[in-house]
Amino acid sequence: MFRFNADQVLQFVSLALTLVTASLIGLVVAFVFVESLPVINADVAGFFDTSKAWFPLEGQRGLMPMVAGSLLCTLGAIALALPLGMASALFSQYYGHRGLVRPYRWLLGLLAGIPSVVYGFWGLTVLVPLIGRYQPPGASLLAGILILTLMILPTVALTAEAAFKAVPASYLQGAHALGMRKAAIAFKVLFPAARQGLIAGTVLAITRALGETMAVLMVTGNVVEMPGSVFDPVRTLTANIALEMAYATGEHRASLFFSGLVLTLLIVFMVSYVHRREYAKQ
Amino acid sequence: MNNQLQQQRLVRAARIHSDHFFAVAVYVAAVVVASAFAWIVLDLLLNGVAKLSWEFMSELPRSSGRKGGISSILVSTGLILLVTLVVAVPLAFAAAIWLAEFTRKGGKLAVYVRLSLDVLAGVPSIVFGLFGSAFFCVFLGLGYSIAAGGLTLACMVLPILIRTTEAGLSAVPEGWRQGAAALGLSKFATLWQILLPAAAPSIAAGLMLGIGRAMAETAALIFTSGYVDRMPESIFDSGRALAVHIFDLSMNIPGGDQAAYGSALALILAIGLINAMALKLSDTLLAKRIVA
Repeated sequence: MFRFNADQVLQFVSLALTLVTASLIGLVVAFVFVESLPVINADVAGFFDTSKAWFPLEGQRGLMPMVAGSLLCTLGAIALALPLGMASALFSQYYGHRGLVRPYRWLLGLLAGIPSVVYGFWGLTVLVPLIGRYQPPGASLLAGILILTLMILPTVALTAEAAFKAVPASYLQGAHALGMRKAAIAFKVLFPAARQGLIAGTVLAITRALGETMAVLMVTGNVVEMPGSVFDPVRTLTANIALEMAYATGEHRASLFFSGLVLTLLIVFMVSYVHRREYAKQ
Repeated sequence: MNNQLQQQRLVRAARIHSDHFFAVAVYVAAVVVASAFAWIVLDLLLNGVAKLSWEFMSELPRSSGRKGGISSILVSTGLILLVTLVVAVPLAFAAAIWLAEFTRKGGKLAVYVRLSLDVLAGVPSIVFGLFGSAFFCVFLGLGYSIAAGGLTLACMVLPILIRTTEAGLSAVPEGWRQGAAALGLSKFATLWQILLPAAAPSIAAGLMLGIGRAMAETAALIFTSGYVDRMPESIFDSGRALAVHIFDLSMNIPGGDQAAYGSALALILAIGLINAMALKLSDTLLAKRIVA
């Protein structure tokens, strides 16, 4: 008779289930890949041909306006959220009054917990009409950037805070003893020492921003066109999938899966980059 | 000579000014963040609080949600969440236990498992929606259903649950494990009696995060659990989640704004309530079993 004790069973079962969870990402990528195979075989280059428009039913599958929409929204949001988030981390770590820091950090946590669809709803009812008053129609790249900024701000702020915390206190004390002022310590000592963590946090924020769907869809107007200014409407890759998936069939559906595949591979690449850096550091 | 001294003074003054300027900039940034947040919350509160009532929570939606309440939506949301947790929590526990208790530091397999989980955590929710509709709805034949939506969300929240549970287990002092081993406790008993209760606060925090993510999700659910706003009869019926309801009301239903405000407030309150409950649970129930 074979006899196993509870520990061996535990180890075996936990390993088996771990392998199941670890292979999920493979399953996701495989399924999205298989579903997009029809158009990959047909014409991959056509997706990235800037002369082609987006008429997936007529074989015109130019994704570039959407790629531009996604990248512009993400870059704009990062450009705004990075300084704001780092400043807010400095505030809660070094500058803020102790009585203010506690409610402020609580507030950041809440901000992180607000659902994206609620951000989108707020953007739709408050932000878009506000922008529309100066530059109609209001639903625009700018609205998308502002909403995304709010959404990734907690991520940037909290990761920046963790990165600052990991800097040895002796570095800052040494700098202070040399007579450096606070701003100089921040730029010359703190930021360079916390660089690794800041980069990791920024990449995390970029993946969040690139992948965000509903909030952006609700405020950007969703016109498939290269935007001429920040007041022009844009459509992102994610919004395109959400808008058209409901009625897409055949090659159209496969094109949507292909754009999902592109997004996923982009994010796989960025996450593994950060992973490798962190692993190399150890 | 005199000129040089004056120049030095000027440089120093400029430095002091730039230092003040920097401090002011930091404060301004904090104020901007705080006021943006206050704007959102106040807007939701002022517009939504009038709508929030027992009738709104307990009535079925009428005329596409413009009138009536959100009872069927709440039931669907709860069922989706239930499916998600029933599937994700055991998997997450198993993976966290393996990562925290059965691997050596820097083991090859563990590195790859962590990488795959990190990547899974980064996959956009709309891609989970694509995957869920191709795999659960079509390939496994679940169709538009609460089960398909719940399973899709389970894939999505797994990395968060695993990471927080593992962090909680790893934070338990090594001495406790050695003490348990010295007393002849099996690994299983050690886990059940000592490690899991000690990690309870971190596990509860992870559950909160996961539930928050799952309840907030819209994009992954539109093509998996669907749009139907009837009261679901089983988990194989299509059901509309609260977040999808807000989306639909604000984008597709003219005159749905008031109901959308009420639903948004209800969603935020529900997330807050679950967070509070998870905290309470970890403080009382589980932690009681450990006597330091």
